[in-house]
Amino acid sequence: MASQEQKNVSSRPEEEHVEELPVPAPGADSAAAQAATTGVDDLLDEIDGVLESNAEEFVRGFVQKGGQ
Amino acid sequence: MSVVRVVGAETEYGIHAPGTRQFNATWLSTQVVHAYSRETSHRAAAGGETRWDYTDEDPLADARGWSMPREAAHPSQLTDAEPVLTAAQIALEGGESGDTGAPLMMNMVLGNGARLYVDHAHPEYSSPEVTNPLDAVRWDAAGDLVALAAVRRIAATADVPEINLYKNNTDNKSVSYGSHENYLMPRSVPFAHIVSGLTPFFVTRQLMCGAGRVGLGQDGSGSGFQISQRADFFEAEVGLETTIRRPIINTRDEPHAVAEKYRRLHVIIGDANLSQVSNYLKFGTTALVLDMIEHGTAPVLKFADPVTSLREISHDWELQGTYLLADGSRTTALDVQWRYLKAALAHAQANGSSHPETGDGHTAAVLAKWEEVLTALGTDPMSLAGQLEWVAKLSLLQQYRNRDGLDWDDPRLGLIDLQWADIRPEKGLYYKLLQRGRMQRVVSDESIAAAVQAPPPDTRAYFRGRCIQDFGAHVVGASWDSVIFEVPQLRRLQRVSTKEPLRGTKELTAGLFDNNTGLQDFLSQLLSDAH
Repeated sequence: MASQEQKNVSSRPEEEHVEELPVPAPGADSAAAQAATTGVDDLLDEIDGVLESNAEEFVRGFVQKGGQ
Repeated sequence: MSVVRVVGAETEYGIHAPGTRQFNATWLSTQVVHAYSRETSHRAAAGGETRWDYTDEDPLADARGWSMPREAAHPSQLTDAEPVLTAAQIALEGGESGDTGAPLMMNMVLGNGARLYVDHAHPEYSSPEVTNPLDAVRWDAAGDLVALAAVRRIAATADVPEINLYKNNTDNKSVSYGSHENYLMPRSVPFAHIVSGLTPFFVTRQLMCGAGRVGLGQDGSGSGFQISQRADFFEAEVGLETTIRRPIINTRDEPHAVAEKYRRLHVIIGDANLSQVSNYLKFGTTALVLDMIEHGTAPVLKFADPVTSLREISHDWELQGTYLLADGSRTTALDVQWRYLKAALAHAQANGSSHPETGDGHTAAVLAKWEEVLTALGTDPMSLAGQLEWVAKLSLLQQYRNRDGLDWDDPRLGLIDLQWADIRPEKGLYYKLLQRGRMQRVVSDESIAAAVQAPPPDTRAYFRGRCIQDFGAHVVGASWDSVIFEVPQLRRLQRVSTKEPLRGTKELTAGLFDNNTGLQDFLSQLLSDAH
């Protein structure tokens, strides 16, 4: 979890959001937590790699005409 | 009928040519249909397009017993006339048509019995008729593979822009497009009973089948997450419209079957689902509730303000809220679902449909999954991240918020919401979770792939699909309740009516197809046997 928390601190300007989020209790069943965290990090890394590159522009460009 | 009943799914895909707005959405949609026609041999002559037979379309007939005058209808409601897309119309609507010389193809009937066509400004896949919730999931997911094949073909075509398709329901800029369900019901059930029995269920079933959405309000400008893609777009309790003033209960009365016997309940409130568990519960539980309505065993309750509660429940993803009922009491959304489940358990036990040996083979499984999901929603909703679509999406979004400290209005979360529904397995985030074994399947990948080619065996879709497969070059038109052949040497077209949804099955007609090599043989035997 250490590396994850460091990332949070470095890239998080607003502290209040930290408190809303479910953070595993430190030291709790470390092996399982470690494995789960690794899985999560892997997943986010993979998704980082496939996300369209300019989020704001891409989302803005997705304009649909009316449907049912 | 019970949970085993004739149902069908319709999906309108979001369509987007990244990096450009110069192309007309309707023209782009025709390219999807055209690309799929090049992908498959299942197509008719005359330019590859199977014309839709509009004879029995009646979109202005209201199930409450009247018809809307044609001049009072919104143009988008006139779905019984052949849409004609001309260069002039494209110019009027803005955007270019591209100059590929390709035909503007609006409609196909597929060898699996489905319809692929251009509906308004979206490509739409309407699944073949199936008889149970597992097949509903299967043939709906097959539509995503049809759409994928079209996208792949377009990507490999030099003179057509790259086109992405999204299985979602809003652009988060005030536009919504639908994913509809259709349920066959006996006409004898009074429509008022359908309205009273279904409305509380529809207001709350989003807890199981919402697809999740980033953004609040029709234009998505409010910051936050909500359970349903569609909830913010519903403004009425009951009505005929599907594109404006959308109602919780839609009254369109086009049975596409013997009208004296059946109605087709047209459900417009659902989200498009990639998650198989959510999709399965959507069809399975709704069919069960309809069965209770038909037999007078549905729970009796009424929201004081269903439209407002629908929206508030969607916004309340922490499941904290209580909602006012017409009798002055308050309830949670989850408790309403429990009332329906308990009634359904008793109903199915009484009629034997959920019996492990002698039941119908589907009801018990739907009830068990329904109970499992409601139980988990009451204790630890996030434990359903591998099953329910909105929970899976929320879980992914929370991981990003956790790692990068993102506010709900951060464009990256909006992108995750959008790209969740990209139908390409290498780009779609739902598919990323599926590939990692994080989303539960209820049908196998192999059976979905087979459903792209093969029609369901146990409805008239089998007959329609085999007609396209075996005699596609001679099918000049088709619809849900007809297939029209052009027979060489005959000057008249031959129209075969298929008004009974449970006829035209494999059991009844496979021999006819297998034993005849020629169209004339086939038709003369068909019409003499009157299957």
